[in-house]
Amino acid sequence: MAAETFVRSEAPATSEAGATKVRRYGTLTPYLFLLPYFVVFATFVLAPAAYGLWISLHDWDYLLPGKPFVGLDNYQALFDSDSAVFSFFWESMSATGIFTVLSVPLLLTVPLALALLLNRNFRGRTFFRAVYFAPYVLGVAVIGVLWRFLLDPNLGVVNAVLGAIGLPGSTPWTTALPWGWVTLVGVTVWWTLGFNAVIYLAGLQDIPRELYEAARIDGAGRWSEFRHVTLPGLRPVLLFVTVNTILVSANMFGQSYLITQGAPGTETRTAIMYIATVGLNEFKMGSAAAMSYLLTACLLVISLLVFRLFREKDA
Amino acid sequence: MRRVKPVAWYTVLIGLSLVFIAPLVWMLLTAFKTPSEATRVPPTVLPEEPTAGAFDVLLGNSQTPVLRWFLNSVLAATGQAVLVLAVASMAAYALARLDFRGKRLIFGMVIATLFIPGFVLIIPNFLIVDRLGMLDTLWALIIPGAAGAFGVFFLRQFFLSLPRELEEAAVLEGANQWQIFTRVVLPLSKPALATLAVISFLTNWNDFLWPVYVLFSPEQYTLPPGLGILQGAYTINYPVIMAGALVASIPVLLLFVVAQRYVIEGVSRSGLKG
Repeated sequence: MAAETFVRSEAPATSEAGATKVRRYGTLTPYLFLLPYFVVFATFVLAPAAYGLWISLHDWDYLLPGKPFVGLDNYQALFDSDSAVFSFFWESMSATGIFTVLSVPLLLTVPLALALLLNRNFRGRTFFRAVYFAPYVLGVAVIGVLWRFLLDPNLGVVNAVLGAIGLPGSTPWTTALPWGWVTLVGVTVWWTLGFNAVIYLAGLQDIPRELYEAARIDGAGRWSEFRHVTLPGLRPVLLFVTVNTILVSANMFGQSYLITQGAPGTETRTAIMYIATVGLNEFKMGSAAAMSYLLTACLLVISLLVFRLFREKDA
Repeated sequence: MRRVKPVAWYTVLIGLSLVFIAPLVWMLLTAFKTPSEATRVPPTVLPEEPTAGAFDVLLGNSQTPVLRWFLNSVLAATGQAVLVLAVASMAAYALARLDFRGKRLIFGMVIATLFIPGFVLIIPNFLIVDRLGMLDTLWALIIPGAAGAFGVFFLRQFFLSLPRELEEAAVLEGANQWQIFTRVVLPLSKPALATLAVISFLTNWNDFLWPVYVLFSPEQYTLPPGLGILQGAYTINYPVIMAGALVASIPVLLLFVVAQRYVIEGVSRSGLKG
């Protein structure tokens, strides 16, 4: 009674009040709406997340009938330098590490510069934004076979053009180090730059104009405007882009698979490539599952560190 | 924002555009060259004698049925987009508009899985898909991907932003929740639904790792794993490989030209929380 009066007199149009007033459906109705998604979600996200842990505790060979429980052996093997997987696994982890360390700084800064460039008033803005974004709508398979061709050390157009203008024209872009890393990082930056730029651009447009006007009245130069208005305004977006770019880089697979094919030997074979080889080519799924959880744990720690870093800057 | 000097400004912008567009143009031009012209030094830009020979090779080889791959890609990407729209919109409606026990728990669980890296699920999902008899079928490409949390999250945000007055009017007229959902909420959400459909289609069309491992027969392949096969089978016959890449690119580039606003909208929203 009292509550009703309160609602009617104080907040006639709030959504909570509206919801209680119009709530005319059975208790089961919401669950029925959720059911189809939940079935798919439970089968292909919840179940495998737990099932994978279970698999990692077994000597799980897809091709063998027995899958004996081995406790943490699969995890221990990853830290035992005498095990068969040790050196390949850590080589692949360091390949992923090298790729991430080289590509993330570029994918944080270059798209930001591009977004600042696009965040102005000029004709054709939408057009240029779309052009820079275009490679991203193509999949890694197209990008991979295309750049494998362009960067072919003997037959590719990149070396042909470099040679023609008097630069070294026989760089082994796809077959030797460090060129393999230059290629993988360069192609990835070219391909995904537009994605981060578009996110930055949306963030830039959310920064209130008054802040810039106030900065200008205070006589701030461009650089101090960038440092004291743009960067703080972008903080939540920067946090998202940083964490997301690290996760995406750590997931790298297609570029190595198609462009360098792990070359020169297995040096550019990434962790995901190795996990897929062990689990889905050699069918040693217990070991592969253990590797994927270890990689996840590493990513979790890194993400938490990034979150902390961003929070400390607050203080 | 500040005004800029037009000539220098557009020189920079156009120069940058070339960096992004030239490789794609090279793919297009190479697909119409002969194998020897494609790798000639110094290279020719325009095909001297344009030929569709690469496409003939592709279509003539039963080991690399590109048309079939194309059809499979269309079916898988369309199927998944439809499935995502159906299940995600219903779930998002419940989470945005209805009250029930466990709502926060379920929403929290769905959001938490956004942080599970995809590769962790690949090995167990391979076994689950195998158990369900979906290995080496397009179902393996359509159904598991619809479990992603993005669609639910994205549509829930949109539904929360819709005014409630129309729903209340519908309730007064005796509409039930299903009618409100299908006749009031969904029609108001066309832009958001289109965005989600386009994003789902693109993601599925471009997916590479998963189809490489769950499809085995050449006639079940989609274009991305097919391109890997082309690269292995035709090594330096680059016009054939570029022709395949072109077939895989044109539909998504066209979709991007038509639905550019939706694609970029969807991507920029993915970066904004709450």
